[in-house]
Amino acid sequence: MAMIEIIDLHKSFGKLAVLRGVNLTVEKGESVTVIGGSGSGKSVLIKHIIGLLFPDKGRVIVDGQVLNDLDEFGLNELRKKFGMLFQMAALFDSLSVWENVGFSLKQHTKLSDKEIREIATQKLALVGLKDVEDKMPSELSGGMKKRVGLARAIAMDPAIILYDEPTTGLDPIAADSINDLIVDLRKKLGVTSVAITHDMHSAYKISDRIAVLYKGEILETGSPDQIRNTTNPIVHQFITGSAVGPITAE
Amino acid sequence: MISATGSPGFINNFLESLGRRTSGFLAEVGSVLIFLIQTLRWTFSRPFYAKSVLKQMELIGFNSIPVVLTTALSTGMVLALQSYTGFKRFGAETLIGTVVSLSMTRELGPVLTGLMVAGRAGAAMAAELGTMRVTEQIDALTTLATNPMKYLVVPRFIASTVMMFFLTVLGMIIGITGGYFVGVKVLDTNPVTYINNSIDFTEVTDIWYGLIKALVFGAVVGLIGCYKGFHTEGGAEGVGKATTGAVVVSCMLILILDYFLSALLW
Repeated sequence: MAMIEIIDLHKSFGKLAVLRGVNLTVEKGESVTVIGGSGSGKSVLIKHIIGLLFPDKGRVIVDGQVLNDLDEFGLNELRKKFGMLFQMAALFDSLSVWENVGFSLKQHTKLSDKEIREIATQKLALVGLKDVEDKMPSELSGGMKKRVGLARAIAMDPAIILYDEPTTGLDPIAADSINDLIVDLRKKLGVTSVAITHDMHSAYKISDRIAVLYKGEILETGSPDQIRNTTNPIVHQFITGSAVGPITAE
Repeated sequence: MISATGSPGFINNFLESLGRRTSGFLAEVGSVLIFLIQTLRWTFSRPFYAKSVLKQMELIGFNSIPVVLTTALSTGMVLALQSYTGFKRFGAETLIGTVVSLSMTRELGPVLTGLMVAGRAGAAMAAELGTMRVTEQIDALTTLATNPMKYLVVPRFIASTVMMFFLTVLGMIIGITGGYFVGVKVLDTNPVTYINNSIDFTEVTDIWYGLIKALVFGAVVGLIGCYKGFHTEGGAEGVGKATTGAVVVSCMLILILDYFLSALLW
């Protein structure tokens, strides 16, 4: 059963056409990673899935609901099924770690602050953090911020988690520990995951399926092994990170 | 022969540039009006973030007290001093109190408070929201099913409007007191005459006119500060531009609206 369906998605900003007819389906419980170079439209694509952007043409269907057709209330109800980890974590500067993690619970449930703090502590433990509840985001390292961001994303037990460049800005060890965490969380929570990245090591590790986005279109999809053994010269150049090939650096 | 600056090409370029700027300006005005309508819409709908409003009242109102007090006190004192110099030339020194009271209530109280709050709190709002925009914190709020207009803009808008009212009351009182101090204690005019003239020629409507202006200026500072922050693009440079833009536009609007409100509330 499809959890997310993206059908003929077009999006332009002024004269710049960023997405030119993207088609992608993500099954329930599946982990799909969209890879592509800078400016390929990955971020724009993931923002359409959670209704941060809306298509010029085409449809995004999540759990049977067409995002374009929903009003503000309907959209927010649908967004409660999501958790999203941002590239730079996007933690709220003015709130402590536990307040960040428990933000959704505070907004959308009638739980007391004590109960919210307890849940936040549990979620932080799930991402491998303890004794950081009262720290402010400015006191955390980049890797810790990502973990707190992940704890915030899973606070409401979402059905879908979106990862925007989950390993960007981290050292290789911290990046790999985030990859392990993503795999581990998927096993424990059974969630549907969509990630965007240009980190191939991460893509191979966390994905059931990889989709390659190039110039606003999905060029190829397949399992990590299929992508590794691709015959498409553009995909091959991208995954091997070669400067020589059909893709030229901007 | 047509000179270089008088050539058809130059005129075309000039008209094109003028058209582009006019269209950009009108688009910006439209965007601000839509932002205002959305803000008003969310101001009167649930949920209400009372704690957030109180926190903003502290940041915008309470923390602006020193700068407002200093400005109002200085203005009231200088006004008394300068009026005395002028009025003495035709023996009307006793009218200093009237001038100070009328000026502080109808005009200088709300305008100077508005300008000071725009420079302090309006800039802070734009910088804070601008930083939240470029670090994706506003997007994060949306993904957490929380309306950022409701959560971020409405408390600042309400706090700015309400606190401008009270800060202006404070500014009026302090300005008039400063004028009294200079008029009576420094320039040695008769205190009873000073007070009587102040009260006799200042009507309650003068005070209300000033406070209506304060409410409008408070709404302007809150609206523009949040609008500029909310629509920040780029990184640190964008935040800087938003902050400067918030102060400049708020101050310009306060001065422009001041004339029209003065004409309306004559």
